[in-house]
Amino acid sequence: MEEAVKSVVPENEEYVINMGPQHPSTHGVLRLVVSLKGEIVQNVQPHIGYIHRGIEKMCESITYPQIIHLTDRMDYLSAHINNEAVCLTVEKALGIEVSDRVKYIRTILSELTRIQSHQLFWATFGMDLGALTCFFYGLRDREKILDIFEETCGGRMIVSYNAPGGLMNDIHPNFQKRTKEFIKYFRKTIHEYDKLLTGNVIFQERTKGIGRVTREDAIGWGMTGPVGRASGFSCDVRKHNPYSAYDRVTFNEILYDEGDTFHRYKVRMDEMLESMNIIEQLIDNIPEGPWTEKMKPVIKLPEGEYFQSVETARGELGVFIVSDGNKNPFRVKFRSPNFVNLAPLNIMSKGSKIADLVAISGSLDLIIPDIDR
Amino acid sequence: MNSVTEYFKGIFNGLISLLTGMTVTGKYFFKPGTTLTQQYPNNRAELKMFDKFKGEVIMPHNENNEHHCTGCGICEINCPNGSIEIISASITNEEGKKQRIIDKHIYHLGMCTFCGLCVKTCPSQALAFGQEFEHAVFDRKKLTKVLNQPGSKLMKGVE
Amino acid sequence: MEFSIYDFSSFTAWIDSSLRASMSPGWATAVEWIIIGVAILLFYAVVGLFLVYAERKVCALMQNRLGPNRVGPGGIFQTIADLIKLLFVELVPIKNADKILFNLAPYIVIIASFMAIGAIPFAKGLHAIDLDIGIFYLMAISSMGVIGVLLAGWASNNKYSLIGAMRSGAQIVSYELSVGLALVTMVVLAGTMQLSEMIEAQRWGWFIFKGHVPAVTAFVIYIIAGTAETNRGPFDLAEAESELTAGFHTEYSGIKFAFFFLAEYMNMFIIASIAATIFLGGWMPFHIYGLDGLNKVMDFIPPFFWYIGKTFGVVFLMMWLKWTFPRLRIDQLLNLEWKYLLPLNIFNLLLMAFLVLKGWHW
Repeated sequence: MEEAVKSVVPENEEYVINMGPQHPSTHGVLRLVVSLKGEIVQNVQPHIGYIHRGIEKMCESITYPQIIHLTDRMDYLSAHINNEAVCLTVEKALGIEVSDRVKYIRTILSELTRIQSHQLFWATFGMDLGALTCFFYGLRDREKILDIFEETCGGRMIVSYNAPGGLMNDIHPNFQKRTKEFIKYFRKTIHEYDKLLTGNVIFQERTKGIGRVTREDAIGWGMTGPVGRASGFSCDVRKHNPYSAYDRVTFNEILYDEGDTFHRYKVRMDEMLESMNIIEQLIDNIPEGPWTEKMKPVIKLPEGEYFQSVETARGELGVFIVSDGNKNPFRVKFRSPNFVNLAPLNIMSKGSKIADLVAISGSLDLIIPDIDR
Repeated sequence: MNSVTEYFKGIFNGLISLLTGMTVTGKYFFKPGTTLTQQYPNNRAELKMFDKFKGEVIMPHNENNEHHCTGCGICEINCPNGSIEIISASITNEEGKKQRIIDKHIYHLGMCTFCGLCVKTCPSQALAFGQEFEHAVFDRKKLTKVLNQPGSKLMKGVE
Repeated sequence: MEFSIYDFSSFTAWIDSSLRASMSPGWATAVEWIIIGVAILLFYAVVGLFLVYAERKVCALMQNRLGPNRVGPGGIFQTIADLIKLLFVELVPIKNADKILFNLAPYIVIIASFMAIGAIPFAKGLHAIDLDIGIFYLMAISSMGVIGVLLAGWASNNKYSLIGAMRSGAQIVSYELSVGLALVTMVVLAGTMQLSEMIEAQRWGWFIFKGHVPAVTAFVIYIIAGTAETNRGPFDLAEAESELTAGFHTEYSGIKFAFFFLAEYMNMFIIASIAATIFLGGWMPFHIYGLDGLNKVMDFIPPFFWYIGKTFGVVFLMMWLKWTFPRLRIDQLLNLEWKYLLPLNIFNLLLMAFLVLKGWHW
């Protein structure tokens, strides 16, 4: 604590507060050492590493199909999209083209994952700001998506459904029916979200103008995902480097200019509607075909370096695999969106009050296991 | 004069937004049929998991206590963290040749990550996912299970 | 237009005369004090327990869930179980804390709310004291609660508790202005500060209907300011800031924490009962001038239940506010009071005075 104190206290009259690793508002085990002058935040230093499990090192001693189950646990709210990222990299390296059926199903499941991640964001953001009923409403609606996952993939949060070459098994016959019912239900219920939180004058006073990030700062720090798009940085991987079935659907990329907490929230609300549009374009047209390509029992990538990036609910996740021809990768590196989004927390919250710090870090929607891997 | 109208308009709009928010919570309060709580230990009779739910790994046996496991060990190789241990034995079958059979198929439920690779890569489809989810025990040794039941043998025709 | 509303003053006069007949006047007064004290204590305890349970049930139903339902039939013994648990908690002594003030602070808060209950009439004639400056007395007594809060923060020897107590104190003192002015607006309409007279004046229509526009505005302002004064609802930043500073009662554990907790719920009850008395008619049933049949039907329900019903209605409204809205930041809170509520209040007061002078009320 002493060196932490020395590094954040430039002059006297300031005092240092520790928002410790166990905290109701920091969405995971993140330690924030905050130096305050009265009520105003002078300096915020995040300390990470409380949930480092060595995933990248573990990947060096297991085979490619076995990496999938570890990626589930990195950004656990975008579990399906993380699995898809590794599968796409391996398929790109081997030069395999998966069938259309697989592409459509992967895209639909990714968009459902995005919706449920934003629902949880809404729930916890409302709870951080004090509106405790938002937590229950968000989770109640998220249960319907988790039921879809449970029926098809077998797990609710830890899905492990993708495999290099396609999927683990075929979808359940009820998949389309359940998804269509969910979309019908959620299109009605999302108006409640707006009535309860977005239009509320107290909420708008607490979030408008707080934690502003300019477009140059967003590009310079590399903030992607809803955080970057709220500042005007057009960075959606689904538009710039489409993968799976994203080149066959039409959807808008949500961009705002102001870059404050309210617009980071608004981007996610609008993205939920866009995801529902994408699913509606795909759900009735899933083509017939094989649900996996025929793969060798032992997958060996040719020597070289391979990279593929996908758009998770929080930003751009990049998977970089260096292979030396064996069945285990030589090095796997994950470019994690949350790690990059956390870095400018200091400049965003300088000069604001303590209550605003909670709102800002809630609007960044951090998942700490993704930072520490 | 403009600022005065702005002031009053701001107050009025603010009040309207607050009342709209209150209608949402009020709707759920005044409709008592909207509670979604499932009273868990009392509703075990109606609680059925989905077919593909990954509760634990089991080895299905048929009515004659026969299973499909040949003891090949492919599931043990594919498991990422060593939750499966195969102990096989060698017997002479009726044709006089030495054949490997499964002695004990040990499954560490406490270490399993439910990735599904053992179920997927078994060449004789001997393993499946069960729907039992109440795994809490007081003794850690109970989390190590032997999947092939005592006295069971390999079904005919499985290679 | 005969009314058969039972007048409790005959009952209290009978108790008084029978006591004075059997013992000397000094002893009779002392026994009366004891009776009143015990009655108010019992009422306090029962209502407090019920309110904690009611809050949990109300918030649960709004959140699509059931709330306490295992301890006792329908969960009614949940609060008692929590109370028993709190009694067993270890009372951690604080090093270098001012022991006398530290132990005194919870009692001051409770005493302030006791004294306020004493002045509120539960039915005709059923009140501990009927001052002719009733409203003034209530406002003065509820100001005494601030002392308890500030003492708790100071005596804890903890800089975060002190910050939390200062914030709570600033909030309570600011919002008392709004509460006071809203009540004064209704005094203008009623013409008297004595509570029983005010309720009598509402015989033919509650004040919120009689004084239409200014009375409704005063009611809204009173509810907002009353919630803020008890540190509840969307104004609980000082204590729900368990994010950083846990408020003025961080260092209290066990039964002393239970006192603060109970005092917060009872303050909410007192604010609600003052609102019910002054805006909604107290124990007076709902009468419309000239509709004799309706009035007779309304009189069947005893006045005590009218009072309880109205008070719990206002309590439900305050709970509804808490569980729907996010919190206000401390500077937004003070902003709301000094820039919005206070000018509106003064404007409303002038409007009400104008109304009364012109006779445009019902």
